[in-house]
Amino acid sequence: MTYFAKPKLLRPDTPKNALGYTRRDYEGAISSLCAGCGHDSISAAVVQACFDLDIQPHRVAKLSGIGCSSKTPDYFLGNSHGFNTTHGRMPSVLTGAALANRDLIYLGVSGDGDSASIGIGQFAHAMRRGVDMTYLVENNGVYGLTKGQFSATADKGSKNKRGVVNTDSPIDLVALALQLGATYVARSFSGDKEQLIPLIKGALRHRGPAFIDVISPCVTFNNHAGSTKSYDYVREHNDAVNRLDFILPRDQIEASYAPGELRRVVQHDGSILLLRKVKTDYDPSDRVGAMNHLQERHALGEIVTGLLFVDSASESMHRHLNTVEKPLNQLHDAYLCPGNHALAALNASLR
Amino acid sequence: MKSDTSPKIAQRCNDFVIKFANVNGSGSASANELFARAVMRMGVPIAPRNIFPSNIQGMPTWYELRVSGAGWLGRRGGCDLMVAMNPQTWDRDIAEISPGGYLLYDSTKTLPRSRFRSDVVVLGLPFTEMCNNEYSDPRQRLLFKNIMYVGALTALLDMEFAVVERLIAEQYRGKDKLIGANINALKIGYDAAKEALPCPIGLHVERANGVGDKIFINGNNACGLGAVYGGATVAAWYPITPSTPVIEAFSSYCRKYRTDPDNGKARYAVVQAEDELASIGMVIGAAWNGARAFTATSGPGISLMQEFFGLAYFAEVPVVVFDVQRGGPSTGMPTRTQQSDLISCAYASHGDTKHVMLFPEDPYECFTLGAQAFDLAERLQTPVFILLDLDIGMNDSLCKPFDWDDQRRYDRGKVMSAAELEAGKNFGRYLDVDGDGIPWRTIPGTHPTKGAFFSRGTTRNAYAKYSEAGTDYVYNMERLRRKFETAKKLVPEPVVQRAAQPTRYGAIYYGSTSPAMAEAFAQLNEQGIPVDLMRVRAFPFSDTIIDFIAEHDYVFVVEQNESGQLRMLLLTEGEVDPKKLLRVLHYDGTPITASFISGRIAAALDAHKVTPIRKVAS
Repeated sequence: MTYFAKPKLLRPDTPKNALGYTRRDYEGAISSLCAGCGHDSISAAVVQACFDLDIQPHRVAKLSGIGCSSKTPDYFLGNSHGFNTTHGRMPSVLTGAALANRDLIYLGVSGDGDSASIGIGQFAHAMRRGVDMTYLVENNGVYGLTKGQFSATADKGSKNKRGVVNTDSPIDLVALALQLGATYVARSFSGDKEQLIPLIKGALRHRGPAFIDVISPCVTFNNHAGSTKSYDYVREHNDAVNRLDFILPRDQIEASYAPGELRRVVQHDGSILLLRKVKTDYDPSDRVGAMNHLQERHALGEIVTGLLFVDSASESMHRHLNTVEKPLNQLHDAYLCPGNHALAALNASLR
Repeated sequence: MKSDTSPKIAQRCNDFVIKFANVNGSGSASANELFARAVMRMGVPIAPRNIFPSNIQGMPTWYELRVSGAGWLGRRGGCDLMVAMNPQTWDRDIAEISPGGYLLYDSTKTLPRSRFRSDVVVLGLPFTEMCNNEYSDPRQRLLFKNIMYVGALTALLDMEFAVVERLIAEQYRGKDKLIGANINALKIGYDAAKEALPCPIGLHVERANGVGDKIFINGNNACGLGAVYGGATVAAWYPITPSTPVIEAFSSYCRKYRTDPDNGKARYAVVQAEDELASIGMVIGAAWNGARAFTATSGPGISLMQEFFGLAYFAEVPVVVFDVQRGGPSTGMPTRTQQSDLISCAYASHGDTKHVMLFPEDPYECFTLGAQAFDLAERLQTPVFILLDLDIGMNDSLCKPFDWDDQRRYDRGKVMSAAELEAGKNFGRYLDVDGDGIPWRTIPGTHPTKGAFFSRGTTRNAYAKYSEAGTDYVYNMERLRRKFETAKKLVPEPVVQRAAQPTRYGAIYYGSTSPAMAEAFAQLNEQGIPVDLMRVRAFPFSDTIIDFIAEHDYVFVVEQNESGQLRMLLLTEGEVDPKKLLRVLHYDGTPITASFISGRIAAALDAHKVTPIRKVAS
């Protein structure tokens, strides 16, 4: 296929962020996905979130596996390094990248085939390991590039385009992420950018593994009646527990909220997650409660969305490894090589 | 033996093989090593080999120690003195003793005459009874039995007691109680042998000057040290025999040398991954992001990592892989040695791939080539495999002391800096600007608006943009081929040893075959069979290797695998006439011996001489 570069023409009144960048500076190549694909909305949400957060584009490393979702990092953050790895193996490559340089922001993009089937092992272990990253799954319940096979997140009983009913039980990556130790867990919908953008912002500023499962309908293979991942189905069954407003430490909280309907979570870097409660009894700091709620609502056919769990005292992999503050990829020879005199002593001990 | 029915009792000074038959997990390993080190401290070269099962406790294990005043470090084969401490393997251990050899055993329980051999000298001491008299704790009874037989051997072989005593004092420095207890056990064994047995026996150790400044270490530890000196900061791995100690050594040397003195923080990261796929994935991620990174594994891990090797090759990510080879295929012989991963590493992954391989001969080269691998990987932006094997990796061996040139700086290869990008230097990730096939790369996070690129396993044009255009694909593949040609000039050259006189015959070998080959060379010279030697140290093959083959009528390719994998590579890559390359293959899982090599070469040359006559006759 041909590679299209986006035209760089700008209008003089184009808004700029604190760094002087426009949204265009956070965009990538033109998408090659189907018109109306939910994934493109997610890419747009990533662009908006990075623009709003005044992130230096080159301070993000974006990594993905294989599949429709994994193509998307080419379509946003064109000034960031990206790595389209092998199928289901993005988490390990991202983990390695994060080991090498703790100062960059790591954004992993995956799909339901990539993370729930071939890559479920790496998905699980990256969550366990506390990798400092935002892990987005663009979940459409179907294999698009190979023309419409069910994926492991497809609900039991849902129908494919030809009317075949899925008989296998679904894997809920949100439930797994909660169980495996992710410290920021959310679900959203590609058709609801008001919900999605703040969730991505909160994740990008979270320390430790932040996981967002984004239901992202496949317009070509999984948007029909009988599918539980279609635009219509998700809109009808979207059961949000809260709505998030993400607030940078420097910003004043201007909106006024009635007392009792708000929950405020301060992250390690001072950023604030303001949660407007939709379910008054839902507590996003209760991991077990989140898991229970998820299962209960799923049994009723509902899709629970919102910020389901956040641990404001989260830690990251580098803390566990006790690595130096300076990124490992920037350590000079003299900090790495013990030199010849150390060998003389070692040799003496080996005789 | 000819007609003589009573075999000659072995009389050998500083030249024999002693074998310890033990039970795994009984604490014998440290006692056996203590004995070996005592011989070494007396200035006599030693070559020990662990023969152990894939088991934690209870299975038979052997420690075979070659004592060689002449300095031959290859496995010799045979056994002049068996220390038979494992009743389970008694019969086969007794059968293995060379005629005229010796047997040292635990005589606490009386055994019928039929269980012994008449052609070996039987030396019995009641070790169990001696321990039971001395100790009440069952664990001590078990552990000190080992030290007691070391004491008995010290007397039997006429060794210096003070040397063993000093080694114990060094080993338990600061733990006086343990020193005293061990020396006591040593003395009990020593005195018992002096009293009850004819000391010294025909085998003995005499102080010599054959060790010099050599050091005694195994290849796995040396690889770990090489990775420290090579500047590796990220290691990701999954446990597998026999490569696990590479990472353990790296971690341990890092704790010693890479802990920040100011705050105790680590200038390295070691992550135990969930499997081999994840470990190589992490290594690729770290290397892509500009850290020197490696993994260590063995054959099954190499199989699991195949897809990722293809990605690293095609996306051009500099990774380093230590492959400590064991017996294959499949789970094969996990605790036995082989050189059988050459093909699976050379062409790892689907599509047209080729990888750089290095073949260290001993711990010294595990260190030097291990460190050099990181420079090569970054210079060439490709995976580099260091292929050692279980024999080098897990057995302590005498080798040259380690050294390092403090003036040396790491070669980070072609990395474009922010200043160069700012100055407007043309950056095309896969553009061959220098004609050597090696493109320039940028490290993520370098520049806000310049030099970012999207790495992928799919085809791309020279500017890293997705492309399936045939011209882009061919440009890239031709560049990769040029890069591999460049690699030929950068990898270590082979080492040649010429026979005393000009000869039509050559032999090519590599890796752990080295000590046996050196000894075979001497044996062949004695038999009047001159053979020129070439030790191959790397793939791709430099032109000198192909020239060496051209210079000789026949070249033996000596390997420790069943199919002749180096020979296959020489045929494919060197376009050599297959008839010229004669296989000498040893692959039963034990290390190759000099007598095997010289025997096969001599026999082949004999057979070769008669071939034309046979042809006429038929």
